[in-house]
Amino acid sequence: MKLRKNIATSEEGFIFNPATGDSFSTNPIGTDILALLKDEKSVKSIIETICSKYEVTEIQFEKDFDDFISQLNDYKILDQ
Amino acid sequence: MTKTTNKRKIVIAVTALNAIDSPGPGVAVIRAIRECQDFDARIIGLSYESLEPGIYMHDLIDKTYQIPYPSGGTNSLLTRLIYIHEIEHIDLIIPNFDAELFNFIKLRDKLENIGIHTFLPELSQFEARDKIKLFEFGKKHGLLMPKDKILHNIKDLEKAADEFDYPLVVKGKFYDAIISNTLEEAEKAYYKLQAKWGLPIIVQEFIHGTEINIAALGDGEGNAVSIVPMRKLYITDKGKAWAGITLDDDTYIELARTFISATKWRGGCELEVMQTSDGKSYIMEVNPRFPAWIYLTAAAGQNQPAALVKMALGQKVEPFTTYEIGKIFVRYAWDLITNISEFQKISGTGEL
Repeated sequence: MKLRKNIATSEEGFIFNPATGDSFSTNPIGTDILALLKDEKSVKSIIETICSKYEVTEIQFEKDFDDFISQLNDYKILDQ
Repeated sequence: MTKTTNKRKIVIAVTALNAIDSPGPGVAVIRAIRECQDFDARIIGLSYESLEPGIYMHDLIDKTYQIPYPSGGTNSLLTRLIYIHEIEHIDLIIPNFDAELFNFIKLRDKLENIGIHTFLPELSQFEARDKIKLFEFGKKHGLLMPKDKILHNIKDLEKAADEFDYPLVVKGKFYDAIISNTLEEAEKAYYKLQAKWGLPIIVQEFIHGTEINIAALGDGEGNAVSIVPMRKLYITDKGKAWAGITLDDDTYIELARTFISATKWRGGCELEVMQTSDGKSYIMEVNPRFPAWIYLTAAAGQNQPAALVKMALGQKVEPFTTYEIGKIFVRYAWDLITNISEFQKISGTGEL
């Protein structure tokens, strides 16, 4: 799972898809996930990193993570 | 001591100074030309009505002359242009209205003979991309276009509607498109557009998707000198872009390149494209002139109007290869103040 080519992200959580012109903003956890996706980290590694940084259980985070990934797919942010 | 410059002084006449809520491209074309450092331009505005805002933009336009409406035909237009040329010594005319292009294309050789250059498509190119022939045009060149029917009689509307199903798009000969969900809506749209633009009326299948606009410039030999795709970010109730952003997607570049190559298009044009969710790019319309958002091409690094000026004057222009992605324009309204004396002058003498 990785970000599509040319997707621009900022530390403030701004996402720009230059192929569609769409732009989005996300919260700090979303920003961290995007940075990890950009570094092509595995799902397991992303879950571990986020759960160690924020006060969230793995079960709760996995659910939210799936929702987030689903949104990124809908908005064509991820490589299919 | 007077500062001298080696830059060539060029006199360029430009139409479509109606920078209103549904704007003509003239003011944007002039702004782009003014930004080019390769030549000094004296800009002559050519207007149809006394309240076209560009007439009063004296920092952009040096002098404006009214010209006869396109319905007046080529003779009255030529007579007026000869009069203006005798005073201004015009090097180049850039017409920017769909409705006037036919006359300017017809006059191309006569204008050339008196020293006025143009950079326009051939009449055959211009007519082939007409809304009325668009589907056939696409079939010939392997480009996806929505199916359509040309109607000369309201009686044929129901049959066309049955074929395309709803919603369908009812379009005027020159401008305007109305999406209709029922036969009643389509009939209403038919009469409205007939009253405004005359016959025929075009009925087109509705394509769901994201609208993309592409500004392209062809050299007339099949080469695309510049291609810049844009997505509207904010659309007015007339469907015009009030904000837009340049895109990075090779699909659109290739589509425009194919169009320019197949048609050997000369001059500027705008492709209105609908990108479907399954990745198909339909060309909905081909506008045979620069779009009103053309200044974005200059801002993004491909100054299409300036490149057109150079080509029209015989210079070889190498195709642009890059442009800035994510460049945004946001249009705005501004109350330009002028005096009754200026309005009286353009209204009374046809010059300002």
